[in-house]
Amino acid sequence: MLESAANVVEPVTRDRAGTAPLVEIKDLKLEFVSGSKALRAVDGVSFTINAGETVCLVGESGCGKSVTALSIARLVPTPPARYPGGEILLRGQDVLKMSKAQLREIRGGVVSYIFQEPSASLNPVFRVGSQIRESLKLHRPEAANDAEVVRLLKLVGIPAPESRMRDYPHQLSGGMQQRVMIAMALASEPQLLVADEPTTALDVTIQAQIIELLRDLKQRLNMSMLLITHNLGIVGDIADRVAVMYAGQIVELASANDLLAQPLHPYTQALMKSVPELGNEDERLQAIPGTVPNLGAFPSGCRFHPRCPKARRDCPERVPELVEVLPNRWVRCFYWDKPLPAPAEALNPNNPVLLQSREQSPGS
Amino acid sequence: MNNLLEVKDLKVHFPVKHGLFSRVKGHVKAVDGVSLELRPGETLGLVGESGCGKTTLGRAIIRLIEPTAGSVHFEGDDITSLEGQELRARRRKFQMIFQDPYGSLNPRMTVEQIIGEAIDIHKLAETKSARQKRIAELLQAVGLNATHAQRYPHEFSGGQRQRIGIARALAVEPKMIVCDEPVSALDVSVQAQIINLLQDLQQQRGIAYLFIAHDLAVVEHISHRVMVMYLGKVVELAESKTIVRDPLHPYTKALLSAVPVVDPKSKQKRIVLPGDVPSPIDPPSGCPFHPRCPIVVDRCRVDIPPLREVKPGHWAACHLA
Repeated sequence: MLESAANVVEPVTRDRAGTAPLVEIKDLKLEFVSGSKALRAVDGVSFTINAGETVCLVGESGCGKSVTALSIARLVPTPPARYPGGEILLRGQDVLKMSKAQLREIRGGVVSYIFQEPSASLNPVFRVGSQIRESLKLHRPEAANDAEVVRLLKLVGIPAPESRMRDYPHQLSGGMQQRVMIAMALASEPQLLVADEPTTALDVTIQAQIIELLRDLKQRLNMSMLLITHNLGIVGDIADRVAVMYAGQIVELASANDLLAQPLHPYTQALMKSVPELGNEDERLQAIPGTVPNLGAFPSGCRFHPRCPKARRDCPERVPELVEVLPNRWVRCFYWDKPLPAPAEALNPNNPVLLQSREQSPGS
Repeated sequence: MNNLLEVKDLKVHFPVKHGLFSRVKGHVKAVDGVSLELRPGETLGLVGESGCGKTTLGRAIIRLIEPTAGSVHFEGDDITSLEGQELRARRRKFQMIFQDPYGSLNPRMTVEQIIGEAIDIHKLAETKSARQKRIAELLQAVGLNATHAQRYPHEFSGGQRQRIGIARALAVEPKMIVCDEPVSALDVSVQAQIINLLQDLQQQRGIAYLFIAHDLAVVEHISHRVMVMYLGKVVELAESKTIVRDPLHPYTKALLSAVPVVDPKSKQKRIVLPGDVPSPIDPPSGCPFHPRCPIVVDRCRVDIPPLREVKPGHWAACHLA
């Protein structure tokens, strides 16, 4: 299988066997049309998910991470959305060109989703067992029986599945509901499980249970996973590779270990420094100044420039590309390997990171 | 008396009603015998999972919810017995910041009206220009601009709205603010801004915080002391550094180990607790944590462990601590 060499805009990583990835997103663009305006929510996102691999999409609200993930099974309604460019190759086929029948086939069948709020995703008037059976009927009719439902509930760690399958969603706790959602998603034996903030609505101890469960399942079922989160801590727990998104673009893409050990993009660095760490004695958090830009009002040039400590004068004018700066490390920044700018060169001389570094070395 | 706030054996029980005549079938013991002290200018962190009673406790202390039993002394006066005018006058000294910056600001009021309402109620500004000046000062203190006063809440981002909520609380110069999950609805990059702001304000004005949150890392960062709650009871209380380095209660240990760690090299062992938080209507016998506890012994199923001072300043409610 001959593949074109990875170029600047399309980071493609092959798994060790050299087979094509399960999902290959190339230069994806997504717009929401409202009236005469088109607001671009995703702007040139490219990444791949290999078989058995877990990829994390990390970013804050409005960065486009959820709509990117939903696009893999075309779950973003069009209109209001439209795709002005790009492709999403799922097992080599472009999802953006599929017919309704083909889409029905892949939704649930190849790609399954679990969402943030399990209580909103389950139907309150049906027993959880029959909701799982519904998924089985659609995708594996030969297995649509109670025994299989029980097996699935057991797989996701629900105690006494025989009686639990007769419960209604409101009789289960949030963590149990999320387990049911996962059982439902797994019923079709998907090749890719997309989990959109699966633990955000849950308590910390329950969050740990669900992450543990997902990690265990991905190993046992050799399934690919796309996990969307804003919590960098979860990334270290479960991800093989990470894509950090900001304002509709990937700003950094790397293996989870590399990225967490040494983030290269100023946004990733700032994000990691802005969360308090247990046992860390630092008196003050390094907040990122300003706010996440709104859809349709993304800054010119590099979109992070108004909040970036490294920004120089030309950052608002030049658009950086996502470039492989080191082997398997992709960064969208002109100055990722340069030191912090001198006050005369800096675009944001009052950025807290800059002020702090000047305090520490007043001579320079 | 050098404590700003002293809470003794506070209980909040909600009746559970059932059936045609709304017979009381039992009680949710949301807060079940909690005592705490808060010194001026101190931050006491309150952590626990949903349903542990931390929000109810915060609200009961400032009497947004009526406590069932127990006492709350603020600057020496028992505020559980105050009514009407007296209570309102007292309330100037303690304020609250809410979790949801969208739900806690009236969408039909301008920022000036939102902040000015508190100033008017407590008659803190004599003239119109004094009122305006005060509002401008407050907005600047929280990192907003005086020109923002004429705008409506929807014109602001989540972080900015939380700043407005903080300005509203500051308007009456309180000595204590109950912060109920003030950053959990905000974006990660904005959370740090609000945490830093709260710390700055504490240093400038000497305000004490009762900081309620479920994120242990945030609570540890901002608090001087941390209190861990489980099913309406305090299970551990200590200096924040101590509680992170040397937790005594198995629940605190599990809670700490459940916090996702960014550093991939830290291969700390995770204690994954089985099961869920039990219902507070029918809490387990003995130690409320015993059904999920990894080190449970027979005694835990029968005896309720009292909160005792295991080491100086370090309290835990566990037989084995």
